[in-house]
Amino acid sequence: MAIPKVCGIETEYGIFVRGAENDPVAASSLLVNAYADRLGSRPGWDYEHERPSSDARDPDLPSPFGVGDPELESRLVNTVLRNGARFYVDHAHPELSTPEVRDAIDAVRWDAAGEEVLRRSVELASRHLPDGAEIVIHKNNSDGKGNSYGCHENYLVDRQVPFGRVVNGVLAHFVSRQVVCGAGKVGSEFPGQEPSAVPFQISQRADFFEEQVGLETTIRRPIVNTRDEPHADPMVYRRLHVICGDANMSQVSTLVKVGSTAIILAMIEDGALGDELLPANPVTAVRQISHDPTLRATILLDDGRRMTGLDMQEALHEQALRWFDRFGPESVGAEAGTESLRRWGEVIASLRSDDGRAAAWVDWVAKSRIIDAYATRHDVAPGSPRLRAIDLQYHDLRPERCLAARAGLEEVVPAEAVLRAVDEPPSDTRAFFRGRCLGKFAESVVAANWDSMVFDLGHDPLRRVQMSEPLRGTADLVANVIDESSTVGELLERLGA
Amino acid sequence: MAERTHREPQRRDDDVSDAAAPAAQDSSEGTRLKAELDDLLDEIDEVLETNAEEFVKSYVQKGGQ
Repeated sequence: MAIPKVCGIETEYGIFVRGAENDPVAASSLLVNAYADRLGSRPGWDYEHERPSSDARDPDLPSPFGVGDPELESRLVNTVLRNGARFYVDHAHPELSTPEVRDAIDAVRWDAAGEEVLRRSVELASRHLPDGAEIVIHKNNSDGKGNSYGCHENYLVDRQVPFGRVVNGVLAHFVSRQVVCGAGKVGSEFPGQEPSAVPFQISQRADFFEEQVGLETTIRRPIVNTRDEPHADPMVYRRLHVICGDANMSQVSTLVKVGSTAIILAMIEDGALGDELLPANPVTAVRQISHDPTLRATILLDDGRRMTGLDMQEALHEQALRWFDRFGPESVGAEAGTESLRRWGEVIASLRSDDGRAAAWVDWVAKSRIIDAYATRHDVAPGSPRLRAIDLQYHDLRPERCLAARAGLEEVVPAEAVLRAVDEPPSDTRAFFRGRCLGKFAESVVAANWDSMVFDLGHDPLRRVQMSEPLRGTADLVANVIDESSTVGELLERLGA
Repeated sequence: MAERTHREPQRRDDDVSDAAAPAAQDSSEGTRLKAELDDLLDEIDEVLETNAEEFVKSYVQKGGQ
């Protein structure tokens, strides 16, 4: 049986300072510090178990980063939030990693809460800016000039499944899923191609992938990333680190992106996904599909057939329906799994029939409608700077400037539930323990990371609590103990830690 | 479809045109989306950044994963 698809989303946001020096590192630091200071005490991030250069194909491969991992060297500004999320500066971007969640609906909820954290941090940081200056945040993946930044997903995967099977299983989905959840982009950023050669494409990220499988995330980006850093018991689990997706403004797009991928991974673990859809040239195929928003472009499969991205999604969804009948949705969450499968199918059907409903669900469809209508009404040439401005502002987090907020997108999670998730952790993963301890004993938490927390009991030594099982530390298991403990010492004693 | 909730388009009060009201009552999803798109196009030049094209030109993001 497939193991529970615990998952999470990490988003690097675009950042720009207007009216003052545009220093993205300083501005990102200001955001994280302003937000962390509001919370009072601020535990640091604990790098004890970070191994970003460990490769799933062979842990003994030499690190391509040479001596020292770049991520470990940029220990700039880093904090853990009461909802179990991590908010930090990654290179020159503010990045927010959601807490570990049990299913795709909760991924939507805490991803949207992350947007709210960014908006609040901008407001708090604005007090430290000169008059007339402002920090502008975009939830997108490209600056239109060949620079990209990621929105990564993470899924808990059974270590017993050989990594090669995971790779072969996910490739068809990773190449074609952009059709149902891409964020859309004006122009091409593929090296050597004129931007105007592609007036509009399906994915923000497609132009930036150069390898089929690999360890890198900043250069020669691979469709399947092999970073083997489970943040959990490494004998039992992998964490599939997915770097090929777009950041979504549409909640339905996020639901379909995470829900469909969790289902595909569960199918691989259940032995219910064939490899008959394996693309012959995955790297080329990602771009071929992205560059044709009419959805007619076909890609070559390993067996010689040609299919469109939508054909591939339809075939994967049909297999998913059969898997669902046989295995049920428990591994991907009963409610969220059912809902993801239904939404995924509805999006595919709408794209197939071109009935217009997808414009309320899929970012690239919503964006292209606005851009097409604007171009027609004002007689603007395809790819013009005006249309690129609309593209960029679709992702603008300022409520008064955000075009996605005006696009008629359908909600998955009610706004009040999103706002609660800004300070509340999910109840059904170890993020509950992390978040609640920060809420109640913040002054005693020295540091935290995904799979441990370090407490200061007021006397030596510091105490580390391991959390290598992502589904322990849930509300069911620890809420009462936390509530009833008046000190951290009492808490740890009662937990037997 | 009826049970779905929709994100309300954010719009200033003085921007709500009378023409939008009948369309909003139409049960057809396509008509609703078309009406919302028309409304958005009516207001988009005010929502877009002043000097939006300049902003796009200066928008550079290095150091991403």
